Amino acid sequence: MSHAHHDSAPALHVHPKDPAKIRKVWITAGILAFFTAIEFVCAFTMDRGPILTSIFVALTFVKTFYIVGEFMHLKYERKVLIWSIVLPVMFIIWLITALLMEGGYIFVERAAIFN
Amino acid sequence: MATAAIEKDNKNLWGGGVEPLKVSYGKLMMWFFLLSDALSFSGLLITYGMIRYSHKAYEGLVKDFVFSDTYWPVPEKVFTHIPFTHTPFPLVFVGIMTFILIMSSVTMVLAVEAGHRNDKNDVQKWLLWTILGGIAFVGCQAWEWTIFISGSETGRQLFDGSIFHGANLRANEYGPVPFADLFFFITGFHGTHVTSGIIINILVFYNVSIGTYEKVGHYEMVEKVGLYWHFVDLVWVFVFTFFYLV
Repeated sequence: MSHAHHDSAPALHVHPKDPAKIRKVWITAGILAFFTAIEFVCAFTMDRGPILTSIFVALTFVKTFYIVGEFMHLKYERKVLIWSIVLPVMFIIWLITALLMEGGYIFVERAAIFN
Repeated sequence: MATAAIEKDNKNLWGGGVEPLKVSYGKLMMWFFLLSDALSFSGLLITYGMIRYSHKAYEGLVKDFVFSDTYWPVPEKVFTHIPFTHTPFPLVFVGIMTFILIMSSVTMVLAVEAGHRNDKNDVQKWLLWTILGGIAFVGCQAWEWTIFISGSETGRQLFDGSIFHGANLRANEYGPVPFADLFFFITGFHGTHVTSGIIINILVFYNVSIGTYEKVGHYEMVEKVGLYWHFVDLVWVFVFTFFYLV
């Protein structure tokens, strides 16, 4: 290091790059871009409906798996840590089901009252 | 410590002094914060789903779609504008935003990787790219809001007979009132997260530059802010699907 510094700690040892690791990052990025591209193609070539929505939801979960698993490294953590994050998130599925049904009922009730 | 020797058997695994989950306290707390943040965003997106289900769906052909109060709008007919043109390009601008955010996630992974190698220059380089990506994203979002708020030239006639252009929290030309409200709330809450992520990234960049983490002996702070940044990217993946595509 340069003059006039009184760093007590020496600079850390710099390790060499691991090309395999960096390659894996770019492959994951490519996969994410690929699935997003598929979503775009589907959005403009398919008719709207349950099938298209299912494709969107499925691809979103595939992308989630790659972002959380690879980028956030959760795949390589301890099992206890993985489950303490994933399990609470699973309870959200119930909230989705409950509130979407509730929304459907509100629609039916409104139609019955105002028409 | 009085009892310096820590027994490695399971009984003492949770007794303190060791990391049972093999991650540091800071990283673990970041994970649990992100879990709670995931619940907040789920709340917002599920609210969108519920309110959408309580409105009539548009049943005609997409090409015949016109804005109306009576049904929920088809998103690809709302988000058609890209800056500097007047030709409609459905969802292209939001696609560019998605690309920017995914790329900034990639540069963040590379910053974390450089941190593992104690490579200060590389950490700086990739953090800077991440910050730029974040700023580009927020800039695009500001533009997206401007387009959404100012609306089309024709506008739409409201119940009271007046012509309304664009959107605010009380009226909008695209469809039922809650559509614009949810747009502002959900993309706004996400944009706030990106903005705070940029600020935290800048602070970490500053600390990397003055050598704070070299003194500490590791670059774990880059990992922690990296987790947050990827989470914000992940939320955008969900917002993109459930607000713009479905």
